[in-house]
Amino acid sequence: MSIRVGEAAEAPSFQKAAFKLLDDAQLRKNVRHATDVITNKRAIVVGEQHDWQQLRSAASAIKQHTLAHLDEYLLKFEGACIAAGGHVHWASDADEANRIIIGLVKQYGGKEVIKVKTMTSDEIGLNKAFEANGIRPHETDLADMIVQLGHDKPSHIVVPALHKNRQQVREIFMQAMGFSELGDKPEDLTNAARQYLRKKFLEVKIGFSGANYLLADTGGVCVVESEGNGRMCLTLPNVLITLAGIEKVIPSFRDLEVFLQLLPRSATGERMNPYNSLWTGAHKGEGPQYFHVVLLDNGRTRILADPESRQTLHCIRCGACLNTCPVYRQTGGHAYGSIYAGPIGAILTPQLFDMQHSQSLPYASSLCGACYEVCPVKINIPEVLIHLRGRVVREQQSGANLEAIGMKAMARIFLSSRRFEAAQRLGHIGQWPFVSEGWVKHLPGMLGNWTAVRDLRPLPKQSFRNWWREREKASAKSAQDRSRSTKNLSS
Amino acid sequence: MPESTNTREAILNRIREANATTPSFEYRTIERNYQQTATLDRETILKTFADRLHEYDAQVLEAKPDTLAATIAKVLLAHNQKSAIISDDFSQKNLPEGFTFQRESESTTEHMNTAEYAISGCEVAIAHTGTIILRGARKLTLLPDRLLCIVYENQIVETVPEAIARLEQFKTEPLTFVSGPSATADIEMTRIRGVHGPRFLDVVLVRNQH
Amino acid sequence: MRISLFITCYNDTLFPETGKSVVRLLERLGHEVEFPLEQTCCGQMHYNTGYQTEAMPLMRRFVEIFKDAEAVCIPSSSCVAMVRDHYPKMAESTGDPGLVKAVDELLPRVYELSELLVNKLGVDDVGAYYPHRVTYHASCHSLRSLHLGDLPLRLLRKVRGIDLVELQNIDQCCGFGGTFAVKNGDVSAAMLSDKLRCVENTRAEVCTAVDNSCLMHIFGGLHRQRTGVRTVHLAEILASTEDEATQ
Repeated sequence: MSIRVGEAAEAPSFQKAAFKLLDDAQLRKNVRHATDVITNKRAIVVGEQHDWQQLRSAASAIKQHTLAHLDEYLLKFEGACIAAGGHVHWASDADEANRIIIGLVKQYGGKEVIKVKTMTSDEIGLNKAFEANGIRPHETDLADMIVQLGHDKPSHIVVPALHKNRQQVREIFMQAMGFSELGDKPEDLTNAARQYLRKKFLEVKIGFSGANYLLADTGGVCVVESEGNGRMCLTLPNVLITLAGIEKVIPSFRDLEVFLQLLPRSATGERMNPYNSLWTGAHKGEGPQYFHVVLLDNGRTRILADPESRQTLHCIRCGACLNTCPVYRQTGGHAYGSIYAGPIGAILTPQLFDMQHSQSLPYASSLCGACYEVCPVKINIPEVLIHLRGRVVREQQSGANLEAIGMKAMARIFLSSRRFEAAQRLGHIGQWPFVSEGWVKHLPGMLGNWTAVRDLRPLPKQSFRNWWREREKASAKSAQDRSRSTKNLSS
Repeated sequence: MPESTNTREAILNRIREANATTPSFEYRTIERNYQQTATLDRETILKTFADRLHEYDAQVLEAKPDTLAATIAKVLLAHNQKSAIISDDFSQKNLPEGFTFQRESESTTEHMNTAEYAISGCEVAIAHTGTIILRGARKLTLLPDRLLCIVYENQIVETVPEAIARLEQFKTEPLTFVSGPSATADIEMTRIRGVHGPRFLDVVLVRNQH
Repeated sequence: MRISLFITCYNDTLFPETGKSVVRLLERLGHEVEFPLEQTCCGQMHYNTGYQTEAMPLMRRFVEIFKDAEAVCIPSSSCVAMVRDHYPKMAESTGDPGLVKAVDELLPRVYELSELLVNKLGVDDVGAYYPHRVTYHASCHSLRSLHLGDLPLRLLRKVRGIDLVELQNIDQCCGFGGTFAVKNGDVSAAMLSDKLRCVENTRAEVCTAVDNSCLMHIFGGLHRQRTGVRTVHLAEILASTEDEATQ
């Protein structure tokens, strides 16, 4: 099987990538601004929703239940979708999905495809596969267009081009759309996109989308969007191909009452996003006459098999965890080397690879827990991060790296108070080479990362337990003295 | 497709294996103690609906059943429009005289693309979120630059769950939830209205109860 | 009450003053403090870094040492979170019902310091005197694992002479995160920089918290930049009285 998650397998470690990105002042300003705006908006619309916690609980339970019966629900969806005139395909991995999709496009004689935003297509590397097969994909989401035309990578789940400012976008559009003049106000840029794409929407015969929800009872699909390009791609072409991870299925149409309240508030801080589209199979005489769904595994069934971390598959791709993450806020999405960035990316990316790649991602977190607090489907991300760190440690080829040796030694020390106190004494002695003018100026190895930016006091002369011992001794002695003197008095 | 069939079995088997020892609970035991019915009185619900639309810069006019046609005329005239494309099920008696109306099914995509105004009804509307839900009429309510939507007061519910319950009988039809004009905040988080889809939304709220 | 003190491995070694302050404070309130010397570490550092196997015996030790304690006081919210959030699962994974039961029975008797004072001992005025401008940083574990809410602030507000000033972005992680501070030193430093800016904006002389782990990291930055601002654990502020030469 060839699992692919964009180009994450070849990405540098989080630490390496973060170090470079922290120097990009424009990026940091943009990321900070974007995440501030959305988190503030989110706080307002969540604050006014008195049953927010009940909605989260219901969503989490629905997802949990669905995953426990995933095969049944997928089969149900398949049957209903086919009965409504759709076709359903199954893909084990990225390559298979690409083969199926390209095969379909060729079957319908298409050379161009208009695409609605879907990260799943980035995951499998669809655009690259399209181009290698002589098919031109046109991204129609404004941000995805900015990313595509700028030959760039997305840096956020919901606002993929947040790392670009207006001047940068203007340059990209002028070059790609052939404008000799273009204003740099967001209105100008949006208008340019509107005109450029209108033609495509009306001409291109094959549309491609993802799915926010697959409805098992009806065989229907729900797409949640803001710009209207989704509606264009879902309604105007003659052929529609929808790619969806197998975890997108929910039991019934009714369950939308929960998710449509959680998703817009979490993703963009709105009570409801501008457009939600629902369709079932192929509707006679209206909309696409040929409809195909491609159900994608690409590592999801392996995540399902891990009881500790299958909750990762609850994710509804809202991006709230990214917006609230104090680590993401500093670096933006590119540091994660994956289209799935931030807290969810840190657990999803390596797991799709069965931990073979992206092993630095579970450590790209201070475990502050802010993500868990905002996750609409209650994924306990810190818990999963810790679990995945355990997998990284256990699955290490050799335990002979410095960290493992150090940690194992410390564990032995902690197993006995005698050894612990000996280590404390050793620390007092061993620290002197590093102490200067009453401060620890530098530490060896990875610990040097501490002293690189922080001062550190040397170990206090007396540990707590030694103070305690002395105090006990002194009070025992004075108790002894007192009893002796009372004896004397009474004798 | 033989490959896909084998894949199908392989995926299903992997799922079954993964779930072999998973504790499960029935769908009907899922606790749903979020709000599912209205708590506000009707006037407040209608006011909330209008407020939400105003937040989206949608124009809201009120009418009674017998003044609906005149109100539609008012809206069209205010924007210097002599014609509009209307949804197939739009009632003839609510169309004002002196304008040219064409049904969606009689219009080509190209025509709808250049038309200024579309007029449709709706199936249900949600006050809390300012949402109007349309059944069908997907191209009509997408291509022209202005959409005029007629909402009857008894179509307005307070909450999302109430709306979903009303839509249950239409759940396999194409449905579109509209909550304001299209928008993007992709450039520097500045919210821009009307990327694709109608840039202007007008609503006539028809009061047919006292 | 007879209160058993779990000082934590790093307080014992690096911040003995915090432990001394806890003892002084609890004795001043009329309670007896005991300190089982066999204690070492709760296992958090190992558990959170992925060395869960190594953390297991540390969990057993903790449970064994404190199984008969009337109340266990821990002046470190992250260690309490370790015990509360992870020990039950760890015990379950051993398949040892006796251990599961022991953890179950011990957990309700384990308190972070401000929880012990306000919730268990029912006191928020501990008779403290601390005439300094102080700002309080809410550590992530105190906020999101223990849900301390405003317990520490309630205690601080009753301190005589204190000039308490609110910290902006109080709930934003300082960037310590255990081994994160060295494994991802650059991002940790960036997060610290944000926290320092908020601390300095308060013009406080002292930044306090219920965790010396956060404070060690924050002080490391405050001192590196020669701001003159100090960090002091909540216990040390609460232990200060007019009779003592307070620092």
